Amino acid sequence: MPRDYTNVINKIDLIASKVYGDLEKAEIPNIKLPTRTKANIKFDQKLNVWKYGNNTTERSAKSLDGAYMMLRTMYMVDFIKDMIRANKSSTLREMYYISEGWDLAKFHSQPESDSLAEDLEVITTCMREDFKLRPEEDGARVIGNITIEEVTRNKTKKKIHCQDDVGDSGYSIPYNVEPEKIKFKGADADFVVAIETGGMFDRLVENGFDTSNRAVLVHLKGQPARSTRRFIKRLNEEMKLPVLVFTDCDPWSYRIFASVAYGAIKTAHISEYLATPGAQYLGVTPSDIENYKLPTDKLTNEDINALKSELSDPRFQERFWKNEIKLQLSIGKKSEQQALAKYGLDYVTDTYLPEKLSAMGMLKK
Amino acid sequence: MAEVIAHELAKKQKEISVAEFFERNKHILGFGNPTRALVTSVKEGVDNALDACEESGILPDIYVEIRNHEDGENKIIIEDNGPGIVKQQIPHIFGRLLYGSRFHSIRQSRGQQGIGISAVVLYGQLTTGKHAKVVSKIQEDRPATVTELAIDTNKNRAEVINKDIAHWDKPSGTRLEVSIVADYKRGKRFVYDYLQSVSIVNPHAQITYKEPDGSEHVFERTSEALPQKTIEIKPHPYGVELGTLIKMAKQSKSRKLSSFLKTEFSSMGDRTTNAVCEKAQLDKNLNPKEMTREHFLALHKTFKKVKIMSPSTDCLSPIGETLIKRSLKHETQEISPEFIITAARPASVYSGSPFQVEVGIVYGGNLPRDRQIKLLRFANRVPLLYQQGDCVSTQAISSIDWRRYGLEQPSGKGIPTGPAIFLTHMSSTLIPFTSESKEAIADIPEIENEIKLAFRECARKVQSHINKKVRRAKTREKFDLITKILPEIAKKSADMLNKPVPSLEQVITKIMDVVWIEDLIEYEKASQEPVQSTLFEDSSDQREGGWITKSTILVVNYKNKPQRLNLYAVIPEDAVVGTVTPKPTKITNNYIKWNLDQISPANKVDISFELAGLEKGDFDENDLYIENINPAFVIGADKWEGE
Repeated sequence: MPRDYTNVINKIDLIASKVYGDLEKAEIPNIKLPTRTKANIKFDQKLNVWKYGNNTTERSAKSLDGAYMMLRTMYMVDFIKDMIRANKSSTLREMYYISEGWDLAKFHSQPESDSLAEDLEVITTCMREDFKLRPEEDGARVIGNITIEEVTRNKTKKKIHCQDDVGDSGYSIPYNVEPEKIKFKGADADFVVAIETGGMFDRLVENGFDTSNRAVLVHLKGQPARSTRRFIKRLNEEMKLPVLVFTDCDPWSYRIFASVAYGAIKTAHISEYLATPGAQYLGVTPSDIENYKLPTDKLTNEDINALKSELSDPRFQERFWKNEIKLQLSIGKKSEQQALAKYGLDYVTDTYLPEKLSAMGMLKK
Repeated sequence: MAEVIAHELAKKQKEISVAEFFERNKHILGFGNPTRALVTSVKEGVDNALDACEESGILPDIYVEIRNHEDGENKIIIEDNGPGIVKQQIPHIFGRLLYGSRFHSIRQSRGQQGIGISAVVLYGQLTTGKHAKVVSKIQEDRPATVTELAIDTNKNRAEVINKDIAHWDKPSGTRLEVSIVADYKRGKRFVYDYLQSVSIVNPHAQITYKEPDGSEHVFERTSEALPQKTIEIKPHPYGVELGTLIKMAKQSKSRKLSSFLKTEFSSMGDRTTNAVCEKAQLDKNLNPKEMTREHFLALHKTFKKVKIMSPSTDCLSPIGETLIKRSLKHETQEISPEFIITAARPASVYSGSPFQVEVGIVYGGNLPRDRQIKLLRFANRVPLLYQQGDCVSTQAISSIDWRRYGLEQPSGKGIPTGPAIFLTHMSSTLIPFTSESKEAIADIPEIENEIKLAFRECARKVQSHINKKVRRAKTREKFDLITKILPEIAKKSADMLNKPVPSLEQVITKIMDVVWIEDLIEYEKASQEPVQSTLFEDSSDQREGGWITKSTILVVNYKNKPQRLNLYAVIPEDAVVGTVTPKPTKITNNYIKWNLDQISPANKVDISFELAGLEKGDFDENDLYIENINPAFVIGADKWEGE
């Protein structure tokens, strides 16, 4: 069924009207949007996730950078309207290449255009999908005892069982995971384990952890894509499965967890849509380094700065995180998930995960 | 004409004595090793050639050739287009040590003692056993004389081995051929550097250098103007040594102390003479020839206690900032430096001798970033190649903190590291060298201070150049903003809403909120036809075939109220000002001033001026200042701090 985009068009036209109005009033045009930094995220009690606070940033044509941003915004908005009219969509990367033809308004790198697309979401309170923009990267992989119904490209509905109907690389999460595209048709599992690295995902698959421990395994592929986070959130809400995040033991991995559980700083405007507030951190924790005597690397200066920055990040103010981060700073070490292989290939599935899971009350043994 | 000058010079060439002196002291005289001997020989020859040409008002055309033989023997040929030397004088000048015209006079000149060229002849004779050959021609319609000579080291006399006459194409000039033992391989670089350096501080000279392998380098003439002729001055009491004072008194024709003081010294008028005599408790009618050692001691002491006017400084002949910049530019073309900045101090005095300091900085381009900066040191237009560490200029540079000018310098002291060449030139009637080899200037506080002041001034100019660059980039940005991006934003928003494009004038004024000054310099080959301005017609000779520097300045009022201001454009002293629009309020040697009344918002004023008498590139940066307006309101010019 074709979607009605009138609302989206109205919202993005407001940007042009604001700029035009400023110029007509002989005022320097400016656009206000919430400041997208760590300092401006607040916990939303109602939604149970972290959202942008009240601080705003002004993009003003008074400065060269501001004027460029404004011009680019106008071009992007125009491009989006064209796509809506032509019923097309594009990837963020395609849009970046299309911007090559925008003369003065062209971007110098894709992160610039990606970031402006996010700004546009923030300004209009629309979603990227409303703008007919989709990410380049696919979502990640899933293996576990759940059944998904996907509407395929030839508009047929197809049921996929994420163990029986897929190979060892699992079910691949599409970029659109909304109900119009996928539905959960059933699950017989106790929890979801979201795993940072592909190596560890494959280890758990090879060791049959999904069957032996009634787990749904999701590969995050580093910092998870929006669709992966949205998928996990829906699994959690619709299938009532608790979510556990299993990552390396370093500051960057904690940020992966935070983006799953609390909402990412960059996308805090849609946290309630992407974050899984109940998600728990499984490990590897700095305490694990000590308890399991794991092989380690020294923290680099960047690591140390990132950890310190997390100490002042409002999302990491729980006692658990404060203690673990301080511990890590004091031992000066970091470790990887796959360091558990020190004790053999089965150690992670036979010993580490069961111990951690029972401590978290997830195993009913 | 040349003959008259040669005879004139001959009269002054007095004997000084001692000859074998050389053999024992050759290390002090710059012949200590075979590498230095090569450079010293070229240097003495070139110094002589330049002095000879300048004294007779001829633009020097100098030819230097080194022919390389086996076993370390090199033939050096140095040829000039000077006045030539009368044949009777040739044996004295080339064949006797300490014989020269300059020893007894006080004036700015290259050689200050007659050790010069005869030492080269002697060194050649001692190392190769060969005779020197001198070709000289003093008049166009006469043949050249060819003299082969050797030196009798016991008698300090020349032995003329052979005399001849020959045809020579030159109207006049001198050519010396001398064979010496020298290390060409190691000295090669030094000779080239030396000649290049000579060319930098002697922009009026053309130097051709032919190396043993036949390759020829031409260091081109960049100025057609001979240096201002130096004037001989009498010694100043502050600088005279006791021994010299006694000798002067013995030789004086004056019969009274007072007239001796007044006639033999500079800056000694009646009042000062009386004050000196009184303070020294000496009778001013005393016969100088009968004065005792105690009298002289008292007189010498008193000189320092009485305030005596400084000697006149017009006897100096500095190179001038424009010429230094031009030669540096010419000689550093291959480096393509980012900028060349110069500074000159007014003349000053140390112990009775006038002196003047000029400096220059070449920065950036292909110069190495990880090595110490290169120092070029000059005294009276002669490059100083050795003993850099002992030189007052090195000390002065080392004591300045260069770190904020983009150079590295641990703890802010010492010779900095970075892509730069620093030039120091000192002109004086008496250069206080640290030793006979004349390679380093002694550490005299007055001199060090002047060098420091000159480099500080240079450094300030460097800073202002850097600031200007940054500011220019910023103004460029703003200009892009209002001329390109803002109109695009307006157009795009209007298109999207299907509305007419709004007017931007007021928004632009709000965004800029300054008085904006932009400038541009262009060069134009001057035409032969007279230009409208009367100033030009006066200087039409100079202009012929020369360059006109055209500077245009745009002043735009982007504030929302009318503005008025005074604008100053600094110009080089040696430039001739041509057409100026609009009519300036004032033109001096150093600047042009406009009073700009009432520029309405969004209005602009076009200003332009032309400069003649400069080469292309001599004036390559506008130096603009403003007055009678809040400097914070203006982009593109600094506050005028007075002259």
